[in-house]
Amino acid sequence: MDWTWFHRFGSPPHLYRLAGTLVPWFAWPAAILLAAGLYGGLVLAPPDYQQGDGFRIIYVHAPSAWLSLMAYSTMAVAAALGLIWRMKVAHAVAASCAPIGAWFTVAALVTGMLWGKPMWGTYWAWDPRLTAELVLLFLYLGYMGLRAAIEDPQRADRASAVLAIVGVVNVPIVHYSVEWWNSIHQAPSVMKFGKPSISWPMLSPLLIMFVGFTLLFAALVLVRVRGEILRRERQSRWVAEVVAQ
Amino acid sequence: MRLAFRNRAQLLHPLLFFGIVTTLFPLALSPEASRLRDVAPGVLWVAALLSSLLAIEFLFRDDAQDGTLEQYALSGQSLTWLLFAKTVSHWLLAGLPLALMSPVAAYGLGVPVGAVPGIVASVALGTVALSLLGAVTAGLTIGIRRGGALLSLLTLPLAVPLLIFGAQATARAIAGTGIAGPMYFLAAFTVLGITLAPLAAAAAVRISLE
Amino acid sequence: MSAHRITGDTLHVFRGERHVLRGLSFAATSGEYLEVSGANGAGKTSLLRTIVGLVHAESGSVEWNGRSIHADPRAFHAQLAWLGHESPLKGDLSAVENLRYAIGIRRPVDAAAIGRALDEVDASRFAERPVRTLSAGQRRRVALAGVLLAAAPLWVLDEPATHLDAAGHALVGHLVESRIKTGGIVIAAVHAALPVDEAHTRRLGLSTK
Repeated sequence: MDWTWFHRFGSPPHLYRLAGTLVPWFAWPAAILLAAGLYGGLVLAPPDYQQGDGFRIIYVHAPSAWLSLMAYSTMAVAAALGLIWRMKVAHAVAASCAPIGAWFTVAALVTGMLWGKPMWGTYWAWDPRLTAELVLLFLYLGYMGLRAAIEDPQRADRASAVLAIVGVVNVPIVHYSVEWWNSIHQAPSVMKFGKPSISWPMLSPLLIMFVGFTLLFAALVLVRVRGEILRRERQSRWVAEVVAQ
Repeated sequence: MRLAFRNRAQLLHPLLFFGIVTTLFPLALSPEASRLRDVAPGVLWVAALLSSLLAIEFLFRDDAQDGTLEQYALSGQSLTWLLFAKTVSHWLLAGLPLALMSPVAAYGLGVPVGAVPGIVASVALGTVALSLLGAVTAGLTIGIRRGGALLSLLTLPLAVPLLIFGAQATARAIAGTGIAGPMYFLAAFTVLGITLAPLAAAAAVRISLE
Repeated sequence: MSAHRITGDTLHVFRGERHVLRGLSFAATSGEYLEVSGANGAGKTSLLRTIVGLVHAESGSVEWNGRSIHADPRAFHAQLAWLGHESPLKGDLSAVENLRYAIGIRRPVDAAAIGRALDEVDASRFAERPVRTLSAGQRRRVALAGVLLAAAPLWVLDEPATHLDAAGHALVGHLVESRIKTGGIVIAAVHAALPVDEAHTRRLGLSTK
C-alpha cells in the first residue's frame, strides 16, 4: 500500500464529500430567499417617487455587484491560503470562484446598463460604479486567461494566486480612482439608492436578495469546487471509486 | 548592478512607438490646436502606457532564456532587492527617456510651454509605478507563448488608477492649476509599489522558475 | 574546515501531472562526489532542481547540515554553486565582465581571481571577446570558471560537460576531484561518467517507469 497517496489526498476527498453535503443547505435557502426577495421587490414594494418602476432592477443589480466583489475577495483569500500554506484545495476553491465571480460581474454590468437606459437615455455613460465593475471584469478575465495560458497546473495555480492577491489590493484603489475621476468630470451621477428615508417595504426585499445571492454564490462555488477537485485528482484511487458508484 | 552594457536597439523601440502614436492622433483627429490640447493628456498617457508595456516585456525575457535569472534566484542574495535594482535600471533605460521625450510629443499636441515641467514630472513618476507593476506581471508571464498580449491584459486593468491620476495631473499642468493633488496620489501609489511590487515580483519569478 | 552533509529523504516530485521522482532518498558528505545518471526524461534535472530549491517536492525533504533547505534559503544558496543546462552568460558582455558581474552579486571578487579561474578552465585566450562570439564549448568553460569563483562548498551541476570535447570532459573531472579533495561536495547529473576517483564516488541511477 503506497501510503504517500493517502497522505496527499487526505484533504481533497474530505472536501469533496463535505461540499456535497453542504450544497443543499445553501441551495434551497438561496432559492427560497431569491424567490421571496424578487416577489417583494418586483411586486410588493411601492414605486419609487423619482424613478417609478425602473428602480426595481436594483434588486438584481446591487447584489450582483456586491457578490462580484465578494467573489474576488474570496478568490484572493483562497489564493493566499494556497500560496503561503501550500494547501492544494485552496487553489481549487480560488479557481472555482473566478468564473462565478465573472458572471456576477457581467450580471451587474448588464443590469446596470438596463437601468441606465431609461435614466440617462443611453446604455453606457461611464458611471463610476459601472466603470469600476468593467475593470473588475477585466481583472477576472486576466486571471482566467493566465490560468489558461500556463500548462503546468501547479505553476498556473501559484501564478494566478499572486495575480489575485495583487488584484485584490488594487480593487479598492481602482474604485477610489474611478469615483474621483467621476467627481472631476461630472459624468452622469451615481445610481445611489441608499437614501436615509428609504422605506422598509423597499429595503427589506433588497436585504433578502443580498442574503439570497450570497447563499447562491456559496452553493455555486461548492458545486464547482467538487468538479474542480474531481478534475485535479482524476488520477487517484478515490476518484476512480467515486466514479464507479 | 547596472547592466550598463545593454547597447541594444531594443531600447529605442518603445521610444519610437511613443513618438509614432502621439503623431497618429493629430493625424486621426484634426490639427486644430485647441482640440489637440483637450485630448493631449489622454493621448500622452495612453501612448506612454502602451510604450511602457512594450518595454516591460523585455525585463525578464533574456535573463530567463539564458539562465541568468535562475542564478539570481540562487545567488544567496535577496531576490527582492535584486529585482528592485533591475526594475530601477529598467526604468532609467525605458521610463525616464519616455518622460524626457514627452515634452516633444506635448509640443506636437499644442500644449503650452509652461505645462512641460508638470508633464515631465507626472510621466516620470507614473512610469516608475508602471515599471514596478510591470515587474510583477512580467514575472508571472515569463516563458509563456505570446505572453505579450497576456501581459497587456494583466497589466492594463491594474494600471487604471495610474492612468486616471496621471492624465489628470497632465490636464492640470496644461490648465495651469496646481498638480499637487494627483501627484500625491501617484506618489502614494509609487511608494506602495516600491514596498510591495519587488516582493510580489520575486514570488512571481520563483513560481515561473519552478 | 567543517564537514557538510546534504540529504534527500523520500522525495516525491511532480512535474505537471507526471510523478517524476517516487520516494527517492540520497546522501552525500564532504569529500564525496554523487553522480546521477539516467536516460533522458528520467528526472535528473528535476532532482537537481529540487536539491537546490528551485522546485518544491510534493513530499519529502532536502536537508543541508540537518536543516531543511527551505528554512533559510539564502544561507543555503550562499554555500551553493549551481550550473544548469544553459551557460548563464550575457552575450553582449565579455567573459571577464560576465564573471565580474555574476560573482560580484555574491561576493566581492578581483580581476586576479577571475584571471586565475579562467586559466584553470583554459579560457584565457578568449576572455575578452563578447560571449556571443564564442562556441558552445567555450561558453561552457567560462560557466565552469564561474562555478569555481563561487567558492562554494556544494556544487550542483546539470550535465557540466555538455558541448565539451574529450579534453574538456577530463577538465571537468579534474575540477570535481579538486573540489571534493578539499572538503567540498559535488552532485552532478551526467550522461557519461566523469573521471573521478572511484573511492569518493557514489552513484545514483534514475529510471523512467
